[in-house]
Amino acid sequence: MGRTGRIVSIVFAIAATPVAASAQVDLTGTWQRVGQHDNGAAREPVDLLGMPLSADGRAKALSYDIASLSATERQCQMYPPIYAIVGPFPLQFVMVPDPVTQKLLAWKILGWGDRDETMIWMDGRPHPSSLAPHSHGGFTTGQWEGDTLTTVTTHAKLGDIKRHRGFSSDRATFTMRLNRHGDLLTATGILEDPVYLAEPYVLTEIYRLTSNPNNFPLTACEPIEELPRLHENPAFVPHYRPGKHPAMNEMTERYNIPLEAVVGGPETMYPEYRKKLKDKYVPPPPVTGRGGGPPPQ
Amino acid sequence: MKIAPVLALSLLLIAPVEAQRGNQPPPPAPRAGAPIDLTGYWVSIVTADWRWRMVTPAKGDYQGVQLNAEGRKAADAWDPAKDEAAGEQCKSYGAPALMSVPGRIHITWQDDTTFKVDTDAGTQTRLLRFPSTGSGQVAGQTPADAPHTWQGVSQARWLSPRPAVPLQLRPVERTADAPPIRPTGGSLEVVTKNLRAGYLRKNGVPYSENAVLTEHWDLYKRPNGEQWLTITTQIEDPKYLSNVRLVAPVFKKEPNGSKWDPTPCSSRW
Repeated sequence: MGRTGRIVSIVFAIAATPVAASAQVDLTGTWQRVGQHDNGAAREPVDLLGMPLSADGRAKALSYDIASLSATERQCQMYPPIYAIVGPFPLQFVMVPDPVTQKLLAWKILGWGDRDETMIWMDGRPHPSSLAPHSHGGFTTGQWEGDTLTTVTTHAKLGDIKRHRGFSSDRATFTMRLNRHGDLLTATGILEDPVYLAEPYVLTEIYRLTSNPNNFPLTACEPIEELPRLHENPAFVPHYRPGKHPAMNEMTERYNIPLEAVVGGPETMYPEYRKKLKDKYVPPPPVTGRGGGPPPQ
Repeated sequence: MKIAPVLALSLLLIAPVEAQRGNQPPPPAPRAGAPIDLTGYWVSIVTADWRWRMVTPAKGDYQGVQLNAEGRKAADAWDPAKDEAAGEQCKSYGAPALMSVPGRIHITWQDDTTFKVDTDAGTQTRLLRFPSTGSGQVAGQTPADAPHTWQGVSQARWLSPRPAVPLQLRPVERTADAPPIRPTGGSLEVVTKNLRAGYLRKNGVPYSENAVLTEHWDLYKRPNGEQWLTITTQIEDPKYLSNVRLVAPVFKKEPNGSKWDPTPCSSRW
């Protein structure tokens, strides 16, 4: 059969299939972040509001000193996969065809400055052994359910999940649900982590398809000497001791939010937690303009 | 023979096949033909915008909402005592804000063409109406004389996965007489108009009576039995907003209504 014949056969084969079992939508292109949530935005260094942290997760968060990123071995540490939802930049989807059959092999979400690319394997391959090497981008598989793409990511390294305020471990699993509605794409992310989370951490983000591919491309990272004190003593990792975080009370002082809520925990994300706050909370004085914190991304 | 004409001819040949698919019985009523089951009790999960949802923020704190000058002026004039005196304690429980209010929702079918969404926070009820068979009314159309209320008039329709040519060209593995495989899932689209002016947030961040709310309700049933509901929400209101407001509150399904806790509207908490 010639090339033309093969094409005609393929088209007729598609036509003869009443509804494709693998109905799909095209995700190709650049999706600008347009949701108005504060997923990754925070001003105060201790802002764990609504994060379902475990005791270990809270301890990790409150011991973190951002100066640790100046350590040579941490300067090129990248954000984990959940930063597709939390981070500031667009999602750039590229279709990756099988080089021989031209069937869809994978979707790739291109990386940006400090977030690794995500290759979403669509060919049914299994996730590797838990003992397999972990990377910053992790290992991701995808599956269509109707018009919805569900991705599951494992094997990512430890990373921060709210701009240096909360963390996921290398045992975390990140599931993302992508629903396209016209030129809008909604992502629902579910992060599960037996180490640092007591319950799933669920976030959503909305993107709009854009013809402007402005982005901050992933580039090679080269460590330099940032803080001389770290090079004088390479064994030192900047950190705060338990209960000694200097910004622990900033949110309470600025917004009157009780410290027990500021440090998160699964109960803080449920409506009934408001009952615990009702008698403790007094709205702060009026602010002018847009005062009170940074605008969401 | 060139490939482009062949493809064009082939696609033309597909058209009659699609037309034959149209010769089917009329679609079932919205309830019987629901592609997803949204009924049940759901609890809102507040992991985003906590500071503006779980507590009443300071007057003048409208970060994250793209207000225009008129919107900022209205927000700066917020006076809860005045709302209480006017009996308008429910101004922050209108449809554009309601799904972001921390609380539980209970979704039931009121009849074969109407979803009923009750909330325990503010004890509000939204009615999401599908067009009746033969009414000719479609989602997005609203009777011009409908009164303006906190929950407005909501038109609903199901969006089912499209029988589009798949991007992944799979070989035909089924025999010709095998029953068709229908794609699973779907989405609920809701367009709400005829709203009474209210607040997007408790502290007086405004929307006007001309606001139009468009939602897509998407369900995620996980292999572990959990069910999650994401409501992609667009609020268009040129009077007070300089841009379309886009948020996506998320809910988790609960096994029953044991945690249902009705509370009245409040202007201050």
